[in-house]
Amino acid sequence: MLALIPLFPLLGFLVNAALGRRLRKTASGGLACAVMVASFVVAMLSVGELAGMAEGARVIEQTVYTWIASGDVVLDLTFRLDPLAAVMILVVTGIGALIHIYSTAYMHEETDGEYARYFSYLNLFAAFMLVLVLGGNFLVLFVGWEGVGLCSYLLIGFWFTKTSAADAGKKAFVVNRIGDYAFVLGMLFLLVRFGTLDFQRLASVVAALPPEAGAFGAISVATLLLFIGATGKSAQIPLYTWLPDAMEGPTPVSALIHAATMVTAGVYMIGRNAVLFSHAPGTLLIVAIVGAVTALMAGTIGLVQNDIKRVLAYSTVSQLGLMFLAMGMGAFGAGIFHLYTHAFFKALLFLGSGAVIHALHGEQDIRRMGGLKRLLPVTYWTFLIGSLAIAGVPFLSGFFSKDEILYETFAAGHWILWTVAAVTSLLTATYMFRLVCLTFHGERREASSPAPSHAAASHLHDAPPAMALALVVLAVGSALAGYAGVPHALGGTNPLGAWLAPSFRAPGANPVAELAEGSGAAGLELTLMAVSSAIAIGGIALAATVWLRRRQLADAVAARVPGLYRLLLNKYYVDELYDAAVVTPIRVGSAEGLWRGVDVAVIDGAVNGTASLVAAGSGALRRIQTGSVRAYAGSMFIGVVVILGYYLWR
Amino acid sequence: MFSSGIDAVVPMLCVTLAALAVMGAEAFRARGEQLPLGGLGVVGLVGAAISAVLLWNRNAVSFGVVVADNFGLFVTLVLLLVALLTIMFSSTVVRRDGLPAGEYYALVLFATAGMIMMATANDLLVVFIALEILSIAVYVLTGIRRDDSRAIEAAFKYFLLGAFSSAFFLYGIAFTYGLAGSTRLDRVGTYMAAQSMSGNPLILVALGLLLVGFAFKISAVPFHMWTPDAYEGAPAVVTGFMSTGVKAAAFAAFARVFLSVFEPFSGEWAPLVWLLAAATMILGTVVGVAQSNLKRMLAYSSIAHGGYLLVGLVAANQVGKAAILFYLLAYAVTNLAAFGVIALLGTREAANDELRDYAGLWHTRPALAALMTVCLLSLGGLPPTAGFIGKWYIFSAAVSAGYYGLAVIGVLTSVVSVFFYLRVVVMMYMTDRPAAIAPPPVSAVAMAALVASIAAIIALGILPTPVLDFAAQSIATIF
Repeated sequence: MLALIPLFPLLGFLVNAALGRRLRKTASGGLACAVMVASFVVAMLSVGELAGMAEGARVIEQTVYTWIASGDVVLDLTFRLDPLAAVMILVVTGIGALIHIYSTAYMHEETDGEYARYFSYLNLFAAFMLVLVLGGNFLVLFVGWEGVGLCSYLLIGFWFTKTSAADAGKKAFVVNRIGDYAFVLGMLFLLVRFGTLDFQRLASVVAALPPEAGAFGAISVATLLLFIGATGKSAQIPLYTWLPDAMEGPTPVSALIHAATMVTAGVYMIGRNAVLFSHAPGTLLIVAIVGAVTALMAGTIGLVQNDIKRVLAYSTVSQLGLMFLAMGMGAFGAGIFHLYTHAFFKALLFLGSGAVIHALHGEQDIRRMGGLKRLLPVTYWTFLIGSLAIAGVPFLSGFFSKDEILYETFAAGHWILWTVAAVTSLLTATYMFRLVCLTFHGERREASSPAPSHAAASHLHDAPPAMALALVVLAVGSALAGYAGVPHALGGTNPLGAWLAPSFRAPGANPVAELAEGSGAAGLELTLMAVSSAIAIGGIALAATVWLRRRQLADAVAARVPGLYRLLLNKYYVDELYDAAVVTPIRVGSAEGLWRGVDVAVIDGAVNGTASLVAAGSGALRRIQTGSVRAYAGSMFIGVVVILGYYLWR
Repeated sequence: MFSSGIDAVVPMLCVTLAALAVMGAEAFRARGEQLPLGGLGVVGLVGAAISAVLLWNRNAVSFGVVVADNFGLFVTLVLLLVALLTIMFSSTVVRRDGLPAGEYYALVLFATAGMIMMATANDLLVVFIALEILSIAVYVLTGIRRDDSRAIEAAFKYFLLGAFSSAFFLYGIAFTYGLAGSTRLDRVGTYMAAQSMSGNPLILVALGLLLVGFAFKISAVPFHMWTPDAYEGAPAVVTGFMSTGVKAAAFAAFARVFLSVFEPFSGEWAPLVWLLAAATMILGTVVGVAQSNLKRMLAYSSIAHGGYLLVGLVAANQVGKAAILFYLLAYAVTNLAAFGVIALLGTREAANDELRDYAGLWHTRPALAALMTVCLLSLGGLPPTAGFIGKWYIFSAAVSAGYYGLAVIGVLTSVVSVFFYLRVVVMMYMTDRPAAIAPPPVSAVAMAALVASIAAIIALGILPTPVLDFAAQSIATIF
């Protein structure tokens, strides 16, 4: 039955790809949504079945067939549903279905053919994403991993007539290839070292080994390679630069792929291999530091961006950083918890921004928005809930999950990382409410845009029903999703944490006796909660003061530190740095160096040298052949000399 | 071993007879009469395939110099598939471009016969003769468009350099004969096994010269210089045929000679082949990135693929050997189909093989664009295609044999290579069609060949195990 979950969207893709151009929009869009809903229903049934099993034995496995078998290495096409995968498939199919529905309205202005092309990509993405999370071994996961990358690339460049969109697609692709490179090496390394790529068997094998404390051994190397792969997919330092540019894609795509699902694949991958990573404390520390630094850096950039989607994109990078921080602390449950709540509120925020952009006919600059609160009430209220949730205001979903990360970090004794995370939280609250204030509050500033505001205002309409439905459902989710993981300190039982815990242990391993949370620990947790609540509310108040009451203050601050402001506005010049240090040298190296240089000129030159020596001796031979044949023969001759020389004079 | 039955040469014979039949039919053809010459060839190929299947597991030997072991038969079947697909694609192209059908099909079949001979040769001189049979046919095929100066130049270059490399190869055979007193592979093998400790430098010279000959045929760097010119100048179908058939046949002989006869000296040749593999993968990929002509790009790509095959040869453990055979099949089907699409998009006047000619192909020929996409993804090694499984096998063989460096280079270059394959995909899907370049109609036969290849690419990616078992079995017979 598990195989059905990715199969439904795959069928949707096949039909829309083959017949889409002949289908009307209602048919192609309806089909795409229907397969997602079907997949969601099957996912619910499967998870229901899983929940009915005894705790610790919750695994449903389906081996479709043996994919590759040679010698001792057997790799099956296995789908495996365990508590971790259960959370993921519900997020992917549930939020995925909502975003498909939202898209039917959002993409309505496309032609029939383009509309079908869009939905076929979206379905294909969902299929690959489900393969990724249900895969029972690394190779199946990798199929999904590559597939979602490909779909993401196609969807970012969906509006290819915009040069920026085509470039952004290319950039996403290239950056991800760097990550994939390390990922493949990591996989090969694991296969050779442990003889299996099955997650459960790997966990069992590794669990028997001592953790590589103090030494950077085989497991550390392999996990580090895998983590580099994760930094590509999940947009962490140093491979995060593609995600903000990916906002060139249609907004629902940003919501689904670049916020809720695909970009969390790296976090999921670490959670899936929790045992492996736990045995590599060195790698885990790197994961934590990279996550924390990324969170802070992206948060600061988000503070000064003016494109509504780019602010959200940097916010995503920043929140992913917090998830990696949690993973690096060994608090896998906390990281996945935040992944899960983040999927709701970030999808909601993107869809909300999409509704704004839709209403304003493509305007994305928040400096030209403002005062939309009354005109777009549904969008406003849902966006507000999402913003409160991500800011970490008490008793909304983000509060619980972010708090768990902060608490775990502090409890592990990493107070520097905790400080970084706390500052990031402050930044989150501030930039989100800067966005809310500038977009929805204050006066309408659209007049300053070249489009005549009068006509625009009369056309301004709130989200159509399909979009509103998605917004409202996600808003409810953003408010309530956190109650799956209410901590003990607040009198809850953290059912999500308990549900997930078996996934982070080697199969058959006994649960480590949880330290009974004494009053001291609870007291600490409550204190930290109070601190972070204060941070969230402080951040919101700060944003309201600066961008609502005293607009000139922001400009004054920016004018006071122009260098810093420009540094942030230009995203720390990382793109420029990469261009100068990596991109240009490679481009020049390939075109000028190896091709013209080595393949044509150097060999040509060297050969012409030897050839003209010969030719000088026998002048008549000159210019009998075309230069290039002589050069080619010379290249071979050099090869022969090298090979024979190697044997004769070594 | 001295059975003088002709069983082992039957597949080759079928193909040769078909070629002769095509020539005869062409000679007695009335002016203006259209003959199904391609169909005649297909009959011969099918006959050869049936006989190859019947010979399976029998280890038939003919005249002591041609051996139809499972390894040779596996490659024979791959070659027959290559020839079959080539003829099916050609049906459209020959008529459209006004190529001389009789000569064309006869040459394709003669070349195929030479390739099969090369794959099943058990004697260095037979390898050489086979090499010449297939080479001469292919030189002519390269220049078969007599009115195209580029094609003539390409054929001439290919011929000159091919002759050059043949000389080295022959020289290597002479040295081997001088040492071992025989050119029969089994006897040479016995001699080499006895001499493995002697450190006789002449053995190494012989080995080096043979290596050069093979390296030329599989276009390993630095013996690759003819490849882009020849591949660009030849008609696209012929390029597909050369880049897969010639490479497969040469690789089969290469593997047979180096993994059995010169196995005792693997410590001597493995480092060199390591270098060739690394240089081939790197140069093929990096230079491929800079190309804007699709045929030239795929020429560099096929150079790089030769590099991956060499990795399998270096990492000649049990996995690596089977991986070579699987990769040969996966690569042959994929590359041939890719060149098939290129061929089908050309017209008599224009080849339409520049990257920009593919802009917005999705809008005018969605089926061809989709099929091409699958080919390119497979060439790039993306799952779930044949190319992915092939690469996975090659690289895991390299890692388990301890060649980490090669695996690192291989994965890196295959990651980079996806960049230029995907550039074509982007062109086809994500660019507007500039002008109404009306692509020519595609015949049902050619379309059937394409669809079958694509089905094979996906099937090999999703269900590789039967073929892998098959490959493992067939390689077990000789090494």
